[in-house]
Amino acid sequence: MLILGIESASLVASAALVQDGALLAEYTLNSKKTHSQTLLPMIQEITEAAGIRERLSELDGIAVAKGPGSFTGLRIGSATAKGLAMTLDKPILAVPTLDAMAFQLYGIQGLVCPMMDARRAQVYTGIYFFGEDTRGAFPADVKIDDHTYMHTLLSQTPMGVEELMEKLNQLGQMVTFLGDGCPVYKEQLQTGLRIPFRFAPSFAARQRAGAVAELGAIYLAQGAAETADEHKPEYLRKSQAERLRDEKRSS
Amino acid sequence: MSEEKVTILAIESSCDETAAAVVENGRNVLSSVISTQIALHKEYGGVVPEIASRKHIEKITSVVREALAMSGKEISECDAIAVTYGPGLVGSLLVGVAFAKSMAFAASKPLIGVHHIEGHIAANFIAHQELAPPFCCLVVSGGHTHLVVVKDYGEYEILGRTRDDAAGEAFDKVARAIGLGYPGGPKIDKLTRTEGNPLAIPFPQAKIEDAPYDFSFSGIKSAVLNYLNHAQMTGEEVNRADLAASFQHAVVSALVSKAILATKEHGFKTLAMAGGVAANSYLRAQMDAACKKEGISLYYPEPILCTDNAAMIGAAAYYEYKKGVRHGLDLNAMPNLKLGER
Repeated sequence: MLILGIESASLVASAALVQDGALLAEYTLNSKKTHSQTLLPMIQEITEAAGIRERLSELDGIAVAKGPGSFTGLRIGSATAKGLAMTLDKPILAVPTLDAMAFQLYGIQGLVCPMMDARRAQVYTGIYFFGEDTRGAFPADVKIDDHTYMHTLLSQTPMGVEELMEKLNQLGQMVTFLGDGCPVYKEQLQTGLRIPFRFAPSFAARQRAGAVAELGAIYLAQGAAETADEHKPEYLRKSQAERLRDEKRSS
Repeated sequence: MSEEKVTILAIESSCDETAAAVVENGRNVLSSVISTQIALHKEYGGVVPEIASRKHIEKITSVVREALAMSGKEISECDAIAVTYGPGLVGSLLVGVAFAKSMAFAASKPLIGVHHIEGHIAANFIAHQELAPPFCCLVVSGGHTHLVVVKDYGEYEILGRTRDDAAGEAFDKVARAIGLGYPGGPKIDKLTRTEGNPLAIPFPQAKIEDAPYDFSFSGIKSAVLNYLNHAQMTGEEVNRADLAASFQHAVVSALVSKAILATKEHGFKTLAMAGGVAANSYLRAQMDAACKKEGISLYYPEPILCTDNAAMIGAAAYYEYKKGVRHGLDLNAMPNLKLGER
């Protein structure tokens, strides 16, 4: 099974090819350059380097981080995935951004807490852990392999950091953080957390399309695919105009 | 020997219309699909960029799919993929640009980025098979007011432009002020077709020193707002139709007199109009009359080709294609792209 993964939810742009459990190629760029200029040339480069540029029809699906994240970033990834999926007649595997980030720390002890800076004093976050089959006990479970499930204690959501810390303190387990919210809220975490915690090392600290592609492969095997027409980003937030309108209506 | 046919799939998403078309040799429209978002933006009184961008991403595949199906062409039968890359709303543009690039990559087709206003001008090539450069063109829309010489396909000389509001923008603002709602241009056009005296209220014409082809509409707009304020304070009743018709007359008179002046002074016998405001029936009638008087041939497309569409992008792209223009997969949206800029 050959999957192209696309990640453009934050400042990081990343593209990867995964085939039957092997990462064939991955290109991850953490720069201020716009995704509009980098993402597709990166996809072109990895498909060429991996020798599948002329065999794109052999792809089994396009996996994309569907959100949350930068609205514009999400749309660039989504539009790119849709153009590929429609032209090549392939399914889209829409992977929650924070699920894929948590998956980067597969097998780690304790809790995994990806956090993206969501501005307005919030982070996009979720709480995950890897363990045995305890299906049904948590909001969402993804079977990764015979011995490992990725369980979700808190599904991805925008949340204030104080509220997140309170939840983590209550859970009382060691936490590993990753994501671009870490440098922004590091001091607050150091002051507010009463549990042991740590930050993921550089190679796992930001989004990587390899994780998106691998999770996409799992989704495809489990039958959770979308068509190019169906797919759209999941922003988890309304536009500012809608928010102001709703506030006006309720006041 | 007949010339080889060039088939272009074109995509346009610069504002609040998601559109796709398949065009042959720049003049023959095989299909043109437009998904408009007007209803969505109505309650906000104008286009909300984030809402527009969200709708584009939801619509883009079905619109492109429909355009291909209606044309009877497969993507593999198209010679190139064209897309509007500016000017416009950056979030909206990015959806079309990212999607078109991705299609071009997946289908291994050349990519051609098209200037939105050059597209509007090229709509005349679809509507009038005999029209060819050089000619003078008045481009009037919600975002643009330009007087240009179309020297050749894809070659422009800008003679004049608006110093402040675009003509369509002034229509929208005045329509909102007198309670006609959004979109203002078509609402004012509709009202004044049956009601209103265009000479009821004299509004000032802006004179711009040393720039005979430049426009200014903010003065007229302010005069309308002042008129409304004054009437409100003194308790006078406002005849909305007279006010709308008089405002429209002031804007149209400026457009007509400067377009005619430019055409004559540059020795052209042909004038074209393009853009959403070129669908305005009062402008068409006044320009028709003025051109007849001066012996100028006037061209403008039917209303559906005046407002945003992708067929016009396919038309403009054909001439770029013939010149060998190709864009890379790093093509970016350019919200402030200037006319003639490459």
